[in-house]
Amino acid sequence: MNVVVCVKQIPDPADPGALDPTTKTLKRDGKLILDESDSYGVEMALQLVTAAGGGEVTLVSMAPNGEVSGLRTALAMGAAKAILVSDDALAGSDALGTAKVLAKAIERVEGADLILTATESSDGYTGTVPEQVAGLLDLPSVTFAKHIEVDGSTVKVQRQTEAGYDDVECPLPAVVSVTAGVVEPRYPSFKGIMAAKSKPVDTLTVADLGLDASQVGWAGAGQEIVSIEEAPAREAGEVIEDDGTAFEKIVAYLDNLKVL
Amino acid sequence: MDLSLTEAERDLVELCRDFAQKEIAPRAPLAWEEARCPTDLLREMGELGLLGMLIPEEWGGIGMTTVGFVAAMEQIGRADQSVAAAWQAHVTIGSLPLYLFGTDDQRERWLRPLAEGRALGAFGLTEPDAGSDARGIRTRAERTDGGWLINGRKTFISNAGTDMSFGVTLLARTGGDGDGGPPRYGSFVVEKGTPGFTMGPKMRGIGWRGLDTRELWFDDVWVPDDHLVGDPEMGLGQFLRTLEMGRISIAALSLSLTQAVLDLATAYAKDRVQFGQPISQFQAVQFKLADIATELEAARWLTYRAAWLRDTGQPFQKEAAMAKLKASRVAAWAASEAVQVHGGVGYMLDSPVARFYCDSKVLEIGEGTNEIQHLVIARALGC
Repeated sequence: MNVVVCVKQIPDPADPGALDPTTKTLKRDGKLILDESDSYGVEMALQLVTAAGGGEVTLVSMAPNGEVSGLRTALAMGAAKAILVSDDALAGSDALGTAKVLAKAIERVEGADLILTATESSDGYTGTVPEQVAGLLDLPSVTFAKHIEVDGSTVKVQRQTEAGYDDVECPLPAVVSVTAGVVEPRYPSFKGIMAAKSKPVDTLTVADLGLDASQVGWAGAGQEIVSIEEAPAREAGEVIEDDGTAFEKIVAYLDNLKVL
Repeated sequence: MDLSLTEAERDLVELCRDFAQKEIAPRAPLAWEEARCPTDLLREMGELGLLGMLIPEEWGGIGMTTVGFVAAMEQIGRADQSVAAAWQAHVTIGSLPLYLFGTDDQRERWLRPLAEGRALGAFGLTEPDAGSDARGIRTRAERTDGGWLINGRKTFISNAGTDMSFGVTLLARTGGDGDGGPPRYGSFVVEKGTPGFTMGPKMRGIGWRGLDTRELWFDDVWVPDDHLVGDPEMGLGQFLRTLEMGRISIAALSLSLTQAVLDLATAYAKDRVQFGQPISQFQAVQFKLADIATELEAARWLTYRAAWLRDTGQPFQKEAAMAKLKASRVAAWAASEAVQVHGGVGYMLDSPVARFYCDSKVLEIGEGTNEIQHLVIARALGC
């Protein structure tokens, strides 16, 4: 059982991010970390490989400046190797451009039975890459998985819905997006962290993937970010002084919100 | 002298910080409140490799340096002192005697599970009538056919009574009572469930409430020859060697407490408004914080230097005693000052600073009282 996990390395959410006013995109020049929403896919993949009794987890990622910090975290958790696509030509890629790159990179992984992704990244939130990857690879796509089980050449997925979950089955290989929070990602052990330093990370360019620079980055983007604006500051809340009737005002307030 | 951390040590610190903040800090206070040893957390630390800190990889550990261990302790102890106390007792006195003095068979049988984090280690030295005067222990091990018969009683023993404990390595008299010779001592492994080995309930301390500390009784406990660890007559010297590392460990634990109370007091002082301004604007408070920070730094470099001496194979007995003496004094004083900065809020047991205050006193007592540290230092001066 070989599982590919698409992971994104993002600026640390603990440090407030900044938008570049010229490109109108998130600045990504500092150290990048593993997107937490991808850690669930990595954990799920490791559990599936263990349950299958063999195989390995391969990471696929796209990042500027050959950044590998986030990949090393996932390798320390137990992934065997990684493919990183890093190329100046990728700057400005939209979701579809990203999907093209990831799909090409996934095709290089031999014997991939299952491709896992997060449902969306924690910095861009387009939430469309997994389905685009599946479309480009001509593979079935299942979204919002809360539980995944592999039975021979079939994958059985509990697909989260607003009301509960659907049981979905499809043949392998397939692309499945994993809902954040459905498994507990393991902490990398000290030995895992040490071992991750020597695990192979294959760094590729756009040309290595057989793609033309005009298909990706700003050149290939079908979307344009027209303008960016500061988020409105939070307005001050209402302070109710208790003159003996405060409870009535609170009840009326809650009633107005239709939470009672 | 270069005391900067290596890449592996930095990786370890990052791992410990992450686990301490996300898992220990939110979960350990409840265990303290309920006076229960949180072995769930210790097991998870074992999975990360942290329980095999000072043991080479060959025996299931991660072969960390002493400096790396001190730096890791600074992270673990800031989150919770009881977990850190259980952890360090396991890493030092619980594991090191088996590593340093055990045979390969003993290492495989008892050390590997400790280093791999599957069991918790304990060492039994102190007795009701023998604490600082370790030579005065009365627990006896008598030679019998193919083994030893142990009788006696130990007290204040950490880590022996949890659901993760494997038993205890203890020090017992093996000769010298009335045979004309000097007193002689040996170390023995007594596994949980050995007939005659019983223990009392978890003892209640001022602090370290999450640490499992008990009295242990040995009534005609028979163990075979292969349970003797090291020399049958030189056991005391063996253990005192291990204790030198334990002193660096308690110094590190003290540093972590001081850092924790400094952080708490500083944050509180910046937030607490009296007389129209945050109390951090008053020099009476500022000077307390500045003093704590300065004393912490002094204690920190004594401790790291002792650790560095051990790592570079140099004598470190005096420096370890100095580090333990200084760091534990600073911790107990700083905890009191930090409570003072908090005022009434800090006096209430619901506040984290109160918990650290309760945990601080034992640092001046455990792993050799500070009076004994003075003796060790004075002897090194030639007194």
